Amino acid sequence: MGIELLVNLSYVAAAVLFIFGLKMLGSPATARKGNLVSALGMFIAVVITLLDQSIIDYKWIIAGVVVGGLIGALVARRVEMTGMPEMVALFNGFGGVASLFVGWAALYGFEATTFELITIVLSILIGGVTFSGSMVAWGKLSERISGKAMVFSGQRIFNILLIIAIIAASVMFTISTGPATSIYLYVVIGLSLLLGIMLVIPIGGADMPVVISLLNSYSGLAACAAGIAINNIILIVAGALVGASGIILTQIMCKAMNRSLSNVLFSGFSAVSAGGAAAKIEGEAKAMTAEDAYYVLEAAASVVIVPGYGMAVAQAQHVVKELQELLEKNGAEVVYAIHPVAGRMPGHMNVLLAEADVSYDLLLEMDAINPRMDTFDVAIVIGANDVVNPAAREMEGSPIYGMPVINVDMARNVFVMKRSMASGFAGIDNPLFFKENTRMLFGDAKEMLGNIIKAFS
Amino acid sequence: MEIVFLAFILMLSIFLGFELINKVPATLHTPLMSGSNAISGITLVGALTSAGAEHAVLSTILGTIAVTMATINVIGGYMVTDRMLAMFKKKGSAK
Repeated sequence: MGIELLVNLSYVAAAVLFIFGLKMLGSPATARKGNLVSALGMFIAVVITLLDQSIIDYKWIIAGVVVGGLIGALVARRVEMTGMPEMVALFNGFGGVASLFVGWAALYGFEATTFELITIVLSILIGGVTFSGSMVAWGKLSERISGKAMVFSGQRIFNILLIIAIIAASVMFTISTGPATSIYLYVVIGLSLLLGIMLVIPIGGADMPVVISLLNSYSGLAACAAGIAINNIILIVAGALVGASGIILTQIMCKAMNRSLSNVLFSGFSAVSAGGAAAKIEGEAKAMTAEDAYYVLEAAASVVIVPGYGMAVAQAQHVVKELQELLEKNGAEVVYAIHPVAGRMPGHMNVLLAEADVSYDLLLEMDAINPRMDTFDVAIVIGANDVVNPAAREMEGSPIYGMPVINVDMARNVFVMKRSMASGFAGIDNPLFFKENTRMLFGDAKEMLGNIIKAFS
Repeated sequence: MEIVFLAFILMLSIFLGFELINKVPATLHTPLMSGSNAISGITLVGALTSAGAEHAVLSTILGTIAVTMATINVIGGYMVTDRMLAMFKKKGSAK
């Protein structure tokens, strides 16, 4: 009894540390310390659990911790900042599969009551969906599989049937006895993995921030369900905290795209745009050279830089910073405007710019920048497309109509750095490129910026 | 009674999570995700008991895999979050 009490009391301490850690993550000044506080909570929880009396053999634990620790440390050290979205997806998946196995293993060792069987099947289910969904998301983000939305006819009906089958198999699992139980178990595992795949394949590249946040939430809920299955309070508390945080991020992302969660999950952009295409865009895109861009920038007193996924692809964040310094030396005010869904995960652009040593108080959110957009001499769009598309404001038939965007077209001059005239991931034409005050700089963003910088020196 | 108790804990934690995260600025969303992702590796605690309990061969195997996966999640998650957060600087602070 003494040890059990000690274990549970230290779980309370761990929960307190998690909560403080998350609270401190709320401000850039304390965030790093907050992460350490939460890591300390984890350390306490793990070490104390090792005192648990039901653990008799440590060799497998040591093997697992050493192997897992080495892999985790190696990956965390080596990953590029641009590769962060796929890494988070991958880690999410690992968390999911761990919860699946914990739920599964809980079947052995004691007679489970019906309630416990329900929680076990839940943790297997959520863990399975998290795992396979994260793997698909990882494949899409790292471009191992096509990032496009994969939609086929009858998808919705198939998914509904799949969910009915899962419910049926889960019910059969909880009420059946003897060898039939494990057959139903395998069916539940297989179907939940399939469901995870089915839920993520119809979602296109631009919607990935929503998916990652949602899977993040699932991985928490999976841990939470596993906690209920094995009656472990710290799993429930920590899992619920993560689950809630993922749901909030998902909400923020959906709001930033003016779409409901079900719209993101169940209809790829392709399905929406079929009814759209109302107004035709007319005009001609005007190209410009780096040298001409230099003359305009040299005379500019205020510049706003709007980065997008293209900046990540071109690894252009360091050159961007260089240009910022040159402009500032030239006496211009430089700020960055970050759209909530720019890039492939929430806050993606902020991390890249932080890597390039850009001060975080220069990164403005959409609502802060839009009211004063018309005071800027130049807006430089680097590899962003849909998040600066004025069609969201002007063209009622457009599939992204109503989505809040950064109104770069209000600035006196707009430079758009882009590889070609191809449309963005949403596959929608962008009237911005044809505006009077827009000039296109075609080519690799990094190279283009380099050319402008050369002109400065 | 135990079910009620667990449900209470669950409900309070979810509300607390909502309150905590609502205040996080957009700049920190990526570290927040990878940091909370590391916390979800708490499954490790559950995995430890299944890997070490020697109930059955299968549960030991499952437990060991779960320990490995969850450790990757925990160690990798915290380290990468720390790496990211170390880069967030304000103008004027030392390079």
